Amino acid sequence: MFTSDLTKLSVVSRALSQCGHFMLTEGYNPWDSKLERIKNTMGDHPDYLKLFLSTHNFILRGDGALPWDYRHYIAIMAAARHQCDYLVDIQKEMFLEHGGDSAWLQGLDCVPDKLRSLNEINKILAHRPWLLCKSHIIRLTKESNWSLAELVHAIVILAHFHSLASFVFGCGINDQDDPDAPVNNSKKILILGNVEPEVRVDQLMERMRTLSQREEEFSVEEQTQRFLRVDHRDQTIDIENSRVLKQTSGLGHFIEDTEFTYQDFQRRGETGDFPTFRVQDYSWEDHGYSLVNRLYNDVGNLLDAKFKKAYNMTYYTMGGNKDVDTSRFRRAIWNYIHCVFGIRHDDYDYGEVNQLLERSLKAYIKSTCCYPERVATRDFAQVLAEFEHSEKVHINLMVQEARMQAELLYALRVVMNHMK
Amino acid sequence: MALAKAKTMFATQEGPANALALNKDFSQVVIAGRNVFKVFLIESDAFVEVCNLRVGKNINLNFSCNDVAWNAYDENILATAATNGAVVVWNLNKPTRSKQEHVFNDHRRTVNKVSFHQTEPFWLLSGSQDGTMKCFDFRIKEVTRTFISKTESVRDVQFSPHQMHTFAAVSENGNVQLWDLRKPEKCLHQFTAHSGPIFACDWHPETSWLATASRDKTIKVWDLATINKPVCEHIIPTIASVGHIKWRPQRKYHIASSALVVDCSVNIWDVRRPYIAFASFNEHQDVATGVAWRGDPHVILSTSKDFTLYQHVFKDAARPESKANPQGIAFNSKGDMSFSCKISINPGTLSKLPNLLRKTPQHSDQFCSVTSSMHTFLSKAQKEVKCFLECARRYQLSGKPLAELCDHNAAVAKQLGRHQVSLVWGVVKTLYCTPNMGKVTDLQQTPSGKDSRDDPNITPGGASEAHNGTDLRHTDKNEKGEPNGVPQNEDNDTENEEPEQQDRNLSTIATGLAINQGDFFFGDGAEGEMDQLRIDDDQMSTEDMHQEWTLPTEAFNLRHEIEDRSPPPEQFPNHCAVEMFDVLPDEGNLILPLMDVIGLPRLSHWDPSEVIASALNKHAESSDVQTAASVLLVLGEKRTALIDEFKQEQWILGYLELLGRHKLWNTATQVIKHSWLPSITQLNQQSTTLPTNCETCSRPLRRSGWHCDNCRQWCGKCAVCNELVKGVFSWCQGCSHGGHLAHMHDWLQKHRLCPAGCGHACEYD
Repeated sequence: MFTSDLTKLSVVSRALSQCGHFMLTEGYNPWDSKLERIKNTMGDHPDYLKLFLSTHNFILRGDGALPWDYRHYIAIMAAARHQCDYLVDIQKEMFLEHGGDSAWLQGLDCVPDKLRSLNEINKILAHRPWLLCKSHIIRLTKESNWSLAELVHAIVILAHFHSLASFVFGCGINDQDDPDAPVNNSKKILILGNVEPEVRVDQLMERMRTLSQREEEFSVEEQTQRFLRVDHRDQTIDIENSRVLKQTSGLGHFIEDTEFTYQDFQRRGETGDFPTFRVQDYSWEDHGYSLVNRLYNDVGNLLDAKFKKAYNMTYYTMGGNKDVDTSRFRRAIWNYIHCVFGIRHDDYDYGEVNQLLERSLKAYIKSTCCYPERVATRDFAQVLAEFEHSEKVHINLMVQEARMQAELLYALRVVMNHMK
Repeated sequence: MALAKAKTMFATQEGPANALALNKDFSQVVIAGRNVFKVFLIESDAFVEVCNLRVGKNINLNFSCNDVAWNAYDENILATAATNGAVVVWNLNKPTRSKQEHVFNDHRRTVNKVSFHQTEPFWLLSGSQDGTMKCFDFRIKEVTRTFISKTESVRDVQFSPHQMHTFAAVSENGNVQLWDLRKPEKCLHQFTAHSGPIFACDWHPETSWLATASRDKTIKVWDLATINKPVCEHIIPTIASVGHIKWRPQRKYHIASSALVVDCSVNIWDVRRPYIAFASFNEHQDVATGVAWRGDPHVILSTSKDFTLYQHVFKDAARPESKANPQGIAFNSKGDMSFSCKISINPGTLSKLPNLLRKTPQHSDQFCSVTSSMHTFLSKAQKEVKCFLECARRYQLSGKPLAELCDHNAAVAKQLGRHQVSLVWGVVKTLYCTPNMGKVTDLQQTPSGKDSRDDPNITPGGASEAHNGTDLRHTDKNEKGEPNGVPQNEDNDTENEEPEQQDRNLSTIATGLAINQGDFFFGDGAEGEMDQLRIDDDQMSTEDMHQEWTLPTEAFNLRHEIEDRSPPPEQFPNHCAVEMFDVLPDEGNLILPLMDVIGLPRLSHWDPSEVIASALNKHAESSDVQTAASVLLVLGEKRTALIDEFKQEQWILGYLELLGRHKLWNTATQVIKHSWLPSITQLNQQSTTLPTNCETCSRPLRRSGWHCDNCRQWCGKCAVCNELVKGVFSWCQGCSHGGHLAHMHDWLQKHRLCPAGCGHACEYD
């Protein structure tokens, strides 16, 4: 409540000194300064940045079911899942600033059971969202006393920080930190190695052109095969990577079951236990939005605008070429990310993904999505050598948003099933 | 009626259906979804499967349907919209097992809707996620026209039943477009109907209305009589995003709807009565995915995600309105009351209701025979309101010693004629501000306060009765508005003194003596005591010292002002005062010895909190939460033992609500600020953001408070030094110029006008 009392000069100063989080202006937000590096990186895309910040501030600051210390602690849990100490540090600070109990920062053993119970869905959402099922929600609501509104708020925070961690690692923001610290980097094996680009930008553009002329129809088997095959070529990469550091960072106390990581939705030759998620049956626009807005007021609009912006944003450039219709390329990236999480768009020919996304790019995208902690700064520099810096950031934005949408779709579908 | 015998029934499928369609004579129904595609014959008591179209060796995504339509002329022709972007035409007459007649692969994205023309049997219209609509002529198996909506996706297309060439299309950006089939290059008219995606539309079969259903949880009815000037006739707010709508045949004002999430029922609305459904069918376990009327206003079919196909009949419908509470009552801050109720249509009753202010127009339609009236009763208690407002404004709640606050507030209350309240303040002051010396000594002298209470010398009951007698005799200012002021005797024997008595006692004193004489009595007794007992104090254990001397320092100041006073009163101000009164009504000083003899040595530590607590309770219960809350606020730390915290919170919240209703924001903020309960103080911790606008372009500053992204310049420079102000920016309300606090301060010491040179005589406090 802002009162006319404050119009009086003396009172203004008193109020300012008394009230720690009074913000004279919307922009004067101490958070922002800490987010500086993210903001600078996203600054290449100001339209997006604006939406990102308003969502970000809304879920941490705006009206919502959860108290502030919970929000920050959940954010810490989410970022810790991907060992993103940059985000964890910021959130720790914010947590304390908003009256959080510093004992909680010693780890999950010291937090209320209610928060701790969130650990399970944090783990699942972060790595294999398709495993989430109704029983998780029932356990949280029945045993751990979560209301659905609180739970949806928590889910949004989790998804937001998981995907933000992807962005932070994908753009190499995390490693810019303390240069003197024993850099994780050294231990990281570059995902990409030193790959020669398989496809040059002009070839890529040519392919997009031919694709848009050609119309094919495939049998459902062929389509499904394509959907499944999209992912397979990268598995070799992942196997190599799985040798890499089994996590040594100091964030272990915020998470449990560190061995739990991403696993391919459907491995080659295996018939999965989990049905493919069909976007045509549960889409963000129809169902996801309606549900999230119901349980967590207004956030639906913010997320909706952000997803739309990330999906539709284009500058019609590609690696220095102008007036390029990039829609196919962008759609391929978006759908590839959804595909990695087992979400299928009926009206998409997944053959396009393999044509448009070269192997190294797929490896990079998949890593930022699923194992962001393994992505090294140099990966960002190496991937897509011909692309502009801002275009690479653009790709990372899409990774972030597509991943968040995928997580939310799974989570909200389960919540909806729970509600009926 | 042919369908009179229809009954509620269902059939369960192997998967959820996304849509359904009826043939032209309503005897068969086709349902289509991702894993189900069947035609049923609707018998009187069951659905009989006629044909399963999901057969053949090559089952692909063309079988995965978003929508299905049945040709209005040819019984055997169906069309489906496939999730992979295909529009498929089926011919039930085909001799082969697979009935697939033709596949149009013209859309690039999922097709959301297919629709047959009502009079031209070969025209088929489709709307797709790729933002285009295509008109197919399946005699030549070609797309005849493509309409580009220039939106992201088209969610529904419907031919107008009135104009052969017109169709309506609704899209994800909330727009409705009206097209002429012959003019594919540009739509006839376009308007924004909703603030979110529109999922469905339906033309009214008789009038020029078009209903639209949206994610923004509304159904709107547009009158398109003049196509360029759509008028929103009705709005029905629903509880969830609306996925499907269909007008009810033969009922002009009724429309059926089904939700996309959360709400599993199929609702029938009377558009003239929004907010509550006229009827609803609650059979489904999951949201309904499609609804269709069986040509009869009493039978409707629906498919659902719970894998069922249902036929609902009206006689089994739930009538939510019958369960709704037909009455409503509300109070405003002035105590006025308004009451609304359903009235029977019999006009005779109207004459009995002289207070009738407003009456919704009466509908003759039997389905909408709802009228209601609203009565407003004005409260006469204007004076109380005025008192409340004045008190709220003028009470001081903090910032001064307790005694001064009490005095001030007592004076305020007294001025406003609220003598009782004034006395409460007086008592609070008396009990809490007088020196505690008495207490200290008493602690030593008598082990417990109760003992002394039971002491026959004091005879509380008798004293009370006596005083009550006096009371009634001497006070004629029986406060009105205190209904239970007189019958008090029953409480007299209990230990807990009825606060009213106390008030009354004091008021009797007040009538005879100066108001502060009460203080006088209680206050200085202790003063005298104090001097005598200082030595004792020094000898006391430090713990006692500590306990008893943590009073605010102001208590001492007070003491020094009052010097030569009668020896101590006692712990039972009432009784002593009354006794005094009885014996020597006019001579305060003369009672000194009396007091000494009776009370002092025996009267011991007595905790006034019980009395105060019951006084406050009394006020709160008699709907004067203001006094209760204010006293609590003024008491500061001392209140903790008084009343349990839950009650405290209720009082403060109640007071805050009243203040809010009277728009006394300043007082409310003060209350919040000085309240001690975390749940209340945090009210002021929310929404503490003050958005500012750029001084040049007036757009909101988003990223930081001192840089405008739009004009790319710094905002909020100091008018004195012209530097950017970060931190405290003080500004004049009149001309909105300002700057660093110190600079403005210095400037205004020497100048009168605004440093910005705008000529405004800036005013700061």
